[in-house]
Amino acid sequence: MSGHESTYNPSNPVEKWLDDRLPLVRFSKEHLMDFPTPKNLNYWWTFGAILAVMLVIQIITGVVLAMHYTPNVAMAFDSVEHIRRDVNGGRIIQAVHAVGASMFFAALYIHIFRGLYFGSYKAPREILWMLGVIIFILVMAIAFMGYVLPWGQMSFWGATVITNIFSAIPVLGEPLLQLLRGGFAVDNATLNRFFSLHYLLPFVVAAVVVLHIWALHVPGNNNPIGVEVKSTRDTVPFHPYYTMKDLFAIIVFFIPFAWFVFFAPDILGHPDNYIMANSQVTPAHIVPEWYLLPFYTILRAIDFNVLFIDSKLGGVIAMGGALLVLFALPWLDGSKVRSGTFRPMFKWFYWLFVINFIGLTYLGAAPAEGVYVIFAKICTAYYFAYFLIVLPLLSRFETPKPLPTSISEAVLAKPHSGSAGAAVPAE
Amino acid sequence: MIRVKSIIAAVLVTFGLAGAGAVVAAEAGKEIQKQSWSFSGPFGTYDQNQLQRGFQIFREVCSSCHGARLIAFRNLYEPGGPGFSEEQVKALAAEYQIADATAETGQRPRVAADRWPNPFPTEQDARDANGGAYPPDFSVLAKARGTTQPFPWWILNYFTAYQEGGADYIYALLTGYHEEVPASAPEGFELAEGKYYNDYFPGHAIGMGPPLADGLITYEVGEGEAAVPLTLDQYSRDVAAFMQWMADPHMVSRKEAGFRVMLFLFLFAGLMWAVKRRLWAKVEH
Ligand code: HEC
Ligand code: HEM
Repeated sequence: MSGHESTYNPSNPVEKWLDDRLPLVRFSKEHLMDFPTPKNLNYWWTFGAILAVMLVIQIITGVVLAMHYTPNVAMAFDSVEHIRRDVNGGRIIQAVHAVGASMFFAALYIHIFRGLYFGSYKAPREILWMLGVIIFILVMAIAFMGYVLPWGQMSFWGATVITNIFSAIPVLGEPLLQLLRGGFAVDNATLNRFFSLHYLLPFVVAAVVVLHIWALHVPGNNNPIGVEVKSTRDTVPFHPYYTMKDLFAIIVFFIPFAWFVFFAPDILGHPDNYIMANSQVTPAHIVPEWYLLPFYTILRAIDFNVLFIDSKLGGVIAMGGALLVLFALPWLDGSKVRSGTFRPMFKWFYWLFVINFIGLTYLGAAPAEGVYVIFAKICTAYYFAYFLIVLPLLSRFETPKPLPTSISEAVLAKPHSGSAGAAVPAE
Repeated sequence: MIRVKSIIAAVLVTFGLAGAGAVVAAEAGKEIQKQSWSFSGPFGTYDQNQLQRGFQIFREVCSSCHGARLIAFRNLYEPGGPGFSEEQVKALAAEYQIADATAETGQRPRVAADRWPNPFPTEQDARDANGGAYPPDFSVLAKARGTTQPFPWWILNYFTAYQEGGADYIYALLTGYHEEVPASAPEGFELAEGKYYNDYFPGHAIGMGPPLADGLITYEVGEGEAAVPLTLDQYSRDVAAFMQWMADPHMVSRKEAGFRVMLFLFLFAGLMWAVKRRLWAKVEH
């Protein structure tokens, strides 16, 4: 909704002067206050705001941590403990940052699965969706590198295992691996470059978030019924309606966040990371952080060779593919109906996909043996099938339920408003 | 209106994902029992007397092999800890020497700000003295060990804020020794020279002999206090509690802050809920 009329009238000469040169206030008013937003958004739509707040929290706590942290293999572990034990407020800042990473991903996954269900990736929001995928990949890289910084056993072995993935790439693999590690093995050079990148990339993410919101403000929000906004009757101004609703959701989100920070700051981590990194002792099970597990499972699921592709490279291709396929999603799902609510068959496959994804997470922490290996293959297969087979086919064979003509009509048809709206097929 | 269904679904999805990550395959061996600790749960605090007893065991027994490099003497009188007096701690610190190039003799007595001394100058010395095994530093050891519960019980841990896996493990380890290899040992198990059989140590063969035994240490009984049993069980509990404190010395103040933050968040959330409701009452949505 970029074309709407601006209602901003500079009220004094200073504002007027500024507005003629850099219309910052006008811009903020248009985009943060007046922006017409569908009035039927549910609470799943508050996670974008939650994510923005989480990014800011991670950056602020991270900058403070970096003031006290020492990126050196001999001192990193103790410097994190020093933050916790001796720095004023350090234990809270450190816990907020560490727990915050998990909360960030919880919000990210909810945000992504919201998009998957309500078809928010479909035209005209493809770029918006793809920018989101870029953010997702960047944040995974950031969190992975952040986890290396405390230089515990899982930090070290996680870094070893994950960087080693790159060696599977033909020709380029070895040089790439050495570039990543800054040497032949994970060592001080690795820690230093990871710290540098871990500090840098969040700001890149912030920049991509700006593009993400820009790309959002061109077509405007999708909404739970997936029918585009037709008139101003369908919308409310972002402020105060959604600022207040988002703020409410953010505060509610802070409750479990605070619960972990203050009452169980270590419960989301692995005990082995309280053992200082030791290249001579391999932990019994090397497990990445929970939020990386689904993709770790996909990596490990390929334990067989395909033609000239050995299992190692196959795993890398599968894991990379699992992320890259998200870029193609807007073109894989050809159904004109956005919202899963009106897609009777899609719903089933969607919820199966959710369960399947939780399964992938679970399997990432399980040992790669016995039935787990079989389940990992099945779940991996369904992950890809959902995007490459199910969605393209569904768009041909599924008969969607009739769509409401507009948001206002759908709202009126809700049980609490009494009247039932006339149903008309898709746009 | 808030969709309760949505919230429940969000919570389930989150915990489903986070929880699924928490599964770690159980090591072969006996299952470690959860103990009841004064510091467990959101309301738990350390028992000062227990920490003092645990410190006594640490100092008289364990510290001859195990260090605690992150613990400063001053921690022993800081709030939320064992609660010794500043004078007691200063006197205690002075009993230990520290290398100091500026001192005339190259050494000086420790002060409250100094760290707990390491019993061995290098890792190699420690290994040589212990048949090749390395006694780990105690500073964060209680956080570096844990227990695993079978599905679905570990899900409860997120709601009970179960953080005492380390203490549970240490208690189990200290009470889990056998003089001879028991019948419950894995088939064909052979105990190597200089190792001891333990039910809970991964692989069962531990390089540390049983450090505690009934009656080994005498606790001083304060006036009007009930005597504490001088048993292996009691010693193990006390030293495990002390180790938990070493790993998490500010737990008490953190939880106190947590209650204030929670109260604030609940009130603020309630307020925002009311604001949001009033605002939206005028809009059909
Ligand atoms: C004679 C030296 C010695 C004394 C005294 C001693 N330990 Fe140990 N301890 C060791 C050694 C050696 C190891 C390493 C064992 C191994 O890795 O096989 C160890 C390991 C441990 C571990 C880690 C086990 C694991 O999971 O890796 C704990 C916990 C422990 N000791 C607790 C204690 C406590 C509590 C005391 C005092 C009551 C104590 N130790 C006294 C030598 C000692
Ligand atoms: C998207 C944002 C970010 C995510 C997801 C993230 C994630 C993480 C994670 C998982 C850890 C390991 C925590 C632990 O186990 O203790 C960590 C540590 C760290 N992060 Fe970040 N981080 C982010 C942003 C930042 C920023 C912007 C900075 C600095 C400018 C920063 C600085 C640090 C430092 C210094 C550490 C090491 C100290 C520690 O481990 O507590 N982080 N981060």
